[in-house]
Amino acid sequence: MNWTAIRSIYIFEMFRFFRTIAQSFLAPVISTSLYFVVFGAAIGSRIQEVEGISYGAFIVPGLIMLTVITQSISNASFGIYFPKFIGTFFELLSAPISFIEIVIGYVGAAATKALIIGLIILVTAFFFVDISIAHPFAMLLFLVLTTISFSLFGFILGIWAGNFEQLQIIPLLLITPLIFLGGSFYSISMLPPVWQSISMFNPVVYLISGFRWAFFDTADVPVFTSLLAICLFTAACLTVIWWIFRTGWRIRQ
Amino acid sequence: MTDIVTIKDLRKAYKGGFEALKGVNLGIRSGEILALLGPNGAGKTTLISTICGITTATSGTVSVGGHDIVRDFRAARKMIGLVPQEINLEPFERVINTVRFSRGLFGKSSDDAAIEKVLRQLSLWDKKDAQIRELSGGMKRRVLIAKALAHDPRVLFLDEPTAGVDVELRKDMWKVVAGLKAEGVTIILTTHYIEEAEAIADRVGIIAGGELLLVEDKDKLMQRMGQKELEVQLTAKIDTVPDSLQSDALRLSDDGMALIYTYDTRAERTGITKLLSEVAAAGLTLRDVVTRQSSLEDIFVNFVKEDAA
Ligand SMILES: Nc1ncnc2c1ncn2[C@@H]1O[C@H](COP(=O)(O)OP(=O)(O)O)[C@@H](O)[C@H]1O
Ligand SMILES: [Mg+2]
Repeated sequence: MNWTAIRSIYIFEMFRFFRTIAQSFLAPVISTSLYFVVFGAAIGSRIQEVEGISYGAFIVPGLIMLTVITQSISNASFGIYFPKFIGTFFELLSAPISFIEIVIGYVGAAATKALIIGLIILVTAFFFVDISIAHPFAMLLFLVLTTISFSLFGFILGIWAGNFEQLQIIPLLLITPLIFLGGSFYSISMLPPVWQSISMFNPVVYLISGFRWAFFDTADVPVFTSLLAICLFTAACLTVIWWIFRTGWRIRQ
Repeated sequence: MTDIVTIKDLRKAYKGGFEALKGVNLGIRSGEILALLGPNGAGKTTLISTICGITTATSGTVSVGGHDIVRDFRAARKMIGLVPQEINLEPFERVINTVRFSRGLFGKSSDDAAIEKVLRQLSLWDKKDAQIRELSGGMKRRVLIAKALAHDPRVLFLDEPTAGVDVELRKDMWKVVAGLKAEGVTIILTTHYIEEAEAIADRVGIIAGGELLLVEDKDKLMQRMGQKELEVQLTAKIDTVPDSLQSDALRLSDDGMALIYTYDTRAERTGITKLLSEVAAAGLTLRDVVTRQSSLEDIFVNFVKEDAA
């Protein structure tokens, strides 16, 4: 394993992030703050408590997940698509590194960025609503696992994409709806039974439920089911990445 | 001299079945400058890309410094630097950062002195903090070379380093290449400018249609294939070559003021004596006689023509 190379990729990617720091940090922080104002204060005051938690606090885990998942995917997919797009990818292919090092470098950087943003939003949330975290370590674990698994997913997306449109279409048509319908802003138990059953096919439900459990000690599904779900998703992404590595799909001609 | 790169029966068929390399065999000598000369689409980039790990070979083997490029790819690639044909750089990156990145990517620890040396060598030191997009085309190409040299490779591949570059810059680039050779770096450059091969190469390989047609010392190649031209300048303009002088080897210059005779330096009889006496017999008066050695270009054009025939 060429750790120097991994470090180089990681640092280079993090630099790109800090160069556009205003854009990288401010955008998600502002948009989440708006959610807090609109849903937490304005509308939230007219909504009853959900499962004994004030609505403003209830949506915090979902909002963090929404941003962290979106950021992980876009960071990782853009990170690996960009060198393909401008043609600097050849350097990665000609370097004395294998695909594993490329994955660790890019996915590591993408996950770190998403994690930083997730933590910033968490801190922002404290300014708007009263929350306490029941299981801080579990919360961190969920956060880290989510950033890694969705960065892996984003990496695959970036390798697959042939243009910017393809890069954005999957998050837009698939991921965003799954997150919004995954209980970011409501509890699954609030849905009619039919929709509750349908929701169980949405993997994001397990994530948000587990993450919410870490905050409030209440969940839509058992927390170990959540953990299992995210591990399965990670395993699936790793399998695809292993296959890409074996076949050189969309990488080497 | 020992070979630092050994290519054995290398074949590459792209998806769709197009065979871009049809069994290339080549030994590249340590410390030499080898120019691979060939028209567009000859397979030059494919050959380089395959050696450097950007495309995978369909069959055949390549070793660099004794390391197989597939089985022992880490050791092989550490020895190689690649300057691609296209200028591919991140526009918003700073020069020194991209060079540092390349060094790290090849597994070398960050070393400010080494980076400075490379940047100075390519006259990029004052531009080290400039963003790539602020640089001229020639400077960008230097950055590409600096990136390729950042990990001290023993073998440098330059894919058409002077394509679309003006004469001044081209000469500049040749100086850089000569400097690298002096440091013992083996250099393989592809080009379709013959004067480039002629100016800096030790050996020339001619590649066309995915086949390496020949590899030879540049001087020997020019001698072996060399044709000379004899220009017989006349005192008065003529419209056609006199019947008594008609031959394939003789033609009239465009302005009608000279006869141009092409002959082979290798031939036992060049036919010059006979020609000159026949010119006199035809009643033409000579003003002067000039000979010219044909360039690599003529050789190349002849070669590809013969090959196509
Ligand atoms: N990715 C590719 N897929 C299919 N054919 C290709 C690809 N790259 C190059 N070729 C073909 O292979 C041949 C050799 O190309 P190349 O190696 O780029 O030539 P050169 O560098 O000598 O101009 C050309 O006919 C080209 O069209
Ligand atoms: Mg080419």
